[in-house]
Amino acid sequence: MSTLYPVLFLPLISAALIRLWGARLGKTMVALVACASVGVAFIFAAASFLRLAALEPEHRHVVVPVFEWLKVGAENFRFDLMLDPLSAVMIGVVTGVGSLIHVYSSNYMHEESPSEYARYFAYLNFFIFSMLTLVLSANFIVLFIGWELVGLSSYLLIGFFRSKTSAADAGKKAFIVNRVGDFGFILAIFLILGLFGSVNFSEVLAQPGSKIVAGSSMATAIALLLFMGAMGKSAQLPLHVWLPDAMEGPTPVSALIHAATMVTAGVFMVARCHALFELSPVAMAFVAWTGALTALFAASIALVQNDIKRIMAYSTLSQLGYMVMGVGVGAYGAGFFHLFTHAFFKALLFLGCGSVMHALHGELDLTKMGGLRSKMPVTYWTFLIGSLCLIGFPLTSGFFSKDEILYQALVSPHGSGALWFLGVLASMCTAFYVSRLFFKTFHGEPRDHHIWEHAHESAPAMAIPLVILAVLSLAVGLLGLPHFLTHWAPFETWLEPVFSDLGASKVEATVDPLPLMGLYTVIAFSFIGLGWAWFARPSETPGRVAGAFRYVHKILWNKYYIDELYDLVFVRGFLGSARVVYRYFEAGVIDGALNGLASLAKAGGDLLGRRLANGYVRVYAGALVFGAAVLLLLVLRAF
Amino acid sequence: MILSFLAWSPLIFGLGILAMPRGDGKGLRWASLAASFLNLALAAFLLTRFEGGKAGMQFEEIRAWLPSWGIKYHLGVDGISIYLLVLNAVLTPIAILCSWNAVTEKVKEFHFLILMLQTAVYGVFLSLDGFLFYLFWEASLIPMYFLVGVWGGERRVYATLKFVLYTLGGSLLMLLAMLKLAFIAKEQTQAFSFSLSTWKSLSLSADAQSWLFVAFFLAFAVKVPLFPLHTWLPDAHVEAPTAGSVLLAGVLLKLGSYGLMRFAVPIFPDAAVLFQRPVMVLALISVIYGAAMVMVQSDLKKMVAYTSVSHMGICVLGIFSLNLPGQQGALLTMINHGISTGALFLIVGIFYERIHTRDLSLYGGAVLKMPVLGLLFLPVALSSMGVPGTNGFVNELLVLRGVFRFNPWTGAFAATALVLGAAYMLRLTQKVMYGPLASHKMEELTDLRPREIVTLGAMVILIFVLGVFPGLVLNSSEAAVNAGLLDLLRSGPSGI
Repeated sequence: MSTLYPVLFLPLISAALIRLWGARLGKTMVALVACASVGVAFIFAAASFLRLAALEPEHRHVVVPVFEWLKVGAENFRFDLMLDPLSAVMIGVVTGVGSLIHVYSSNYMHEESPSEYARYFAYLNFFIFSMLTLVLSANFIVLFIGWELVGLSSYLLIGFFRSKTSAADAGKKAFIVNRVGDFGFILAIFLILGLFGSVNFSEVLAQPGSKIVAGSSMATAIALLLFMGAMGKSAQLPLHVWLPDAMEGPTPVSALIHAATMVTAGVFMVARCHALFELSPVAMAFVAWTGALTALFAASIALVQNDIKRIMAYSTLSQLGYMVMGVGVGAYGAGFFHLFTHAFFKALLFLGCGSVMHALHGELDLTKMGGLRSKMPVTYWTFLIGSLCLIGFPLTSGFFSKDEILYQALVSPHGSGALWFLGVLASMCTAFYVSRLFFKTFHGEPRDHHIWEHAHESAPAMAIPLVILAVLSLAVGLLGLPHFLTHWAPFETWLEPVFSDLGASKVEATVDPLPLMGLYTVIAFSFIGLGWAWFARPSETPGRVAGAFRYVHKILWNKYYIDELYDLVFVRGFLGSARVVYRYFEAGVIDGALNGLASLAKAGGDLLGRRLANGYVRVYAGALVFGAAVLLLLVLRAF
Repeated sequence: MILSFLAWSPLIFGLGILAMPRGDGKGLRWASLAASFLNLALAAFLLTRFEGGKAGMQFEEIRAWLPSWGIKYHLGVDGISIYLLVLNAVLTPIAILCSWNAVTEKVKEFHFLILMLQTAVYGVFLSLDGFLFYLFWEASLIPMYFLVGVWGGERRVYATLKFVLYTLGGSLLMLLAMLKLAFIAKEQTQAFSFSLSTWKSLSLSADAQSWLFVAFFLAFAVKVPLFPLHTWLPDAHVEAPTAGSVLLAGVLLKLGSYGLMRFAVPIFPDAAVLFQRPVMVLALISVIYGAAMVMVQSDLKKMVAYTSVSHMGICVLGIFSLNLPGQQGALLTMINHGISTGALFLIVGIFYERIHTRDLSLYGGAVLKMPVLGLLFLPVALSSMGVPGTNGFVNELLVLRGVFRFNPWTGAFAATALVLGAAYMLRLTQKVMYGPLASHKMEELTDLRPREIVTLGAMVILIFVLGVFPGLVLNSSEAAVNAGLLDLLRSGPSGI
C-alpha cells in the first residue's frame, strides 16, 4: 500500500521546508504549501481507503514496511505502518478535518508576521505527520513514537504565542502531564516485549491469550499501564488538568488537536489494543468508570464557566469520557463511532468559537456577548448544528453515537445501570451548558454594545470550512443508524474485521432501546427549553439559583480545586523539598564533609593559584606530571 | 600505527602551535582549527576502515615499554570505543570554534591545552594496558586543571581544587588496585602484567575482586559523576570557560563510564554482579536527585551541569543492568549526552558572551531577540529530554528496556526520568527562551553569528541523524558489547 508514503511524509516534508525557509517564502506561499501538503495527503488517504476497501474483509490488514529503525539483539523495532479499517478511518479524519483547519487557519492567523505565520504552519503540518504516525503504527514502538510526537506538536502549538507566559506554562503543563501517562505506556510496552518477544501488533494482538492468562494480574497490569497512557492523551481524570489550559493555543489548534484528533488517541489506542483489555475485567471496569466519571465531572464544570473556549474544552473532556466509557464496556465500535462524529461537530464548534473570537477581537467572555445571530449568520447556523450534535438532539450524528454508548453501558456484560445513569446525568449537564453558551452568545440583547458594533462575519476561508463541517456533522450520523431502524450499518460493517475476535462474546440485548431514546429526547428538549428560558432573554433566575447553591457553584467555578491541589503537592511540594535538599544536604552534608579536605589542601592551593596567575603554565604542567611520577614511585616502594 | 597517529597528532600539532609566534592570536586559532579538522578527517578515515560486525580489537599496536614491570604500549579499538573516538574528534573543533572570540588571553597556551586534552582522552579510550590507561587518565586532568584555573571564572581556584582533589583521590585508589593486580599477575603467571587481557584471565578470590572492584569503581564514579561524588561537577562547570565545559561534559565524563565498561565490569565480573544492586541504587538516586537539583538552580550553567548528573546516572543504570539493551543504551548515552549537553553548554556560552551573566532571574524571552537560536535550541532540548526523532530517545528507550529486564520495579523507578527530564528541560527552555523580555540584559542579545550557526547546527544535525538512524552506532558496537556480556556470563556467577 505505497499510497501511504505520501500520506505520511508530505506533511513532514512541508513542515521542514516551511520551518526553514517559510519566512522568506511569504505568507501566501506558506499557506499554499501547507494546505496543499495536507490536501494531497487527504487524496492519497482516500485512495488508500478505497484500495483497502477493495480487499476481502478478512484481508484488510496491510503492513507497509518503511525501515529498520532500531535493533538490539533479537529485539527488532521497525518503523512500519499498518493500514486496517481502524487506521483508514483515522487517516481520513486527520487529513480531512486537518485540511479544513489548515484552510481556516490561513485566514485566522493572517495578522501574524511572516516568520510567525510560517512557524505556525510548520508546527501544524508537523502535527499532522505525528498524528498519522500514531494511527498508522504497525507496532507499539511506532505507536509510542507517534504518541510522543503529537505531545510535542501539541506543546509547540499550545505555547505558540511564545512571549505569553501563560501560553508557555500551558504548553509545559500539557507535555509533562502527558509524560506521566507515557510513563505507564512505556512500562506496558516493556511488559509486552518481555512476554511476546515482539512489539508488532500482528504478533501481540492476534492472540494475546496465548501468552497472558485471562484475568491474571499480568493482564490487569498491562491493560492498566496502557490505559495510563490513554488517560494522559485523552485527558481522563485525574490527568485531565492540561486540556483546559491547552486553550491558550490558537483556536484552530484547539479544534484540530484538542478536540478532533489528538485527544482521541487514547480511545483509538484502547480500541486498537482491545484484545489486551478484554483479558482483564478489572481493567475494563476501571476504564469504563474513569470514562463515566470524567464525562460527568467535566460536564458539571462546564455548567458555570464563562470563557467559551474553556466551556468547549470541558465539553471535550466530557465527550472523551463518553468514548472511554464506550470502549470500557466493550463497545469499541460505539466508542469509535462517537470519536468519529465528535471529530466533526467539535471541530465545527471550536472553529465557530474561533469565528466569534475573531469577530470580537479576541473576546472569549460570555458575559460580554449576546445578539450575535444577526451579525454572523453563517457562524450562527453552523454553530447551531454543532450544538445540536453535541447535545445529542434527535436525528443528529451526536444523538446516534451517544445513544449507542449509553445503550451499551446499560446492556453490555461490562456495563451497569450506574454507568448508564452517570452518562445520562452528564448528558443533562451537556444539554444545559450548550444551550447556555449558545443562547448567551447569539441570542438576546448585546451585553457589550461596543464589542457588538464591531462584530462581523468571518471571511470565506473561515466560513467555508464551517459550512463543510456542518454538513459533515449531520451527514456522518447516517453511517451509524440504530439497528431497529435499518440494517444498513456501514460504519459497523467496515470496522467488523478489526473487532471480529469479539464476535462470540456479544450478547443479545434484553432492553428495548426505543423508550430510552424517548427519554434522551425529553432530556434534550427540556434542558434546551430551560436554557432558552434562562439565557435567551434577560432573566434573574440563573443568578438566584447560583446564589442558592453558592458552595456548589464555587466548587464548580474553581474546577473542584484540582489545579490548586496539584500545584501544592507536585509543583510547590517537589520544588520546596528539592530546595531544602539543595541547601542542607548538597551544600551542607556532602560539601561540608569535603571542606575538611579542602581546607587541608588550601595552603597548597593558594600557592598554585598565585603562581598560576604568573602565567608559567608549562612549568607547572611539568611539575604536576613530575609530582605524579614521584607519587607513583613512592607507592611502588610501599607495596 | 593509525591509532598512535590519531592519538598523538593533536599533541604534536599543539607543540607546533606553542612554537608559533603569538601575533594577534588569529593565526594560532586557524592553525589549531586546521589541526583539529585534520584529526577529524583521520578519525573519519578510521571509521570507514573499521569493521563493524567484529567483536575483538582492531588496529592493535603492541610494543614493549617497561618489560621488567610488564608494562606495554598497547592500543586498540573495538565497537565500544570507536564512536567515543569519533565523539572526541568532533567535539574538539567545536570547542576551538566556540572560543574564537571568547578567549583573548594566552591564546597559544589555550589551544595547546585543548589539543593536549584531545590526546589524553584518545589515550584513555585506546589504552589496553592498565598503566598506559592510568597515565592518560591522569594526563587528562592537567589540561582541564589549567583550562579552568587560568581561563575560568571568579571562583576558579576553589573549583579546580575541588575537581583535582576529588579526581586524584579516586584515581589514587585505582592506581593501588592496578598495582595489586600486577602483583597478582606476577604470582599467577610469573610475570608482572598490566595488560587488560591478562587481568581479565586472572583468577581472583571473591574478596579480592570486591576490594579491587570498589577501588576502580570509586575512581570511575567520581568522574561519571555518580551521587554522592558529584559535587565537584557543578562548580567546575560554572567556573570553566565554554570550551572547557563542552569538553568536560562531552568527553571527560565519559572517561568514567567508559572505564566502568572497559575495566571495572570485565575484570571483576563476580564483583560487578555482587555490587549490581547497590550501584543501580546509586545510579537511580543520581537520576532523580540530579533532576531535582536542576530544578532549583538560579544559575543557568549550574542548571545545565546538574542535568549531566541525571543523564550520566542513566548511563550507569544501563551499564549495570548487565544486559545487551542496557549496555548498548549506555554506550549510546555516552555519545548522545556528549552531543546534547555539549550543545547546551555551547548555548550557555553564546549567552554569556553577549550578556555576561548566568543569573537565571535575568533571563527570559530570548527567542524574541534570537529566532535562529530558537530554531536550534529546540532540538537540543528535545534530545536532552528524550523525545522521539532525536538521539536522546533511543538511548533512554534502550537503557530503560535494559533496566526493566533486570528488574521491572527498578525499571519503573528509572522511567520517572521521562517525567523529570521533561519537567526540568521544559522549565529551563521556558525560563530562558519564552515569555516577555525579562530584563534590560535581554535587550542586548543579538542573534547567532555564522560561526555559531555552524557549530550548533552541526550538533543539531547529529542529534537528528543519530535519532533516526541509531544503527550507525549500535550496529558497530553490538558485537563488542555482546562479547563482553558473554564473557561475564561465562566467568560470572549464574543468573545474569
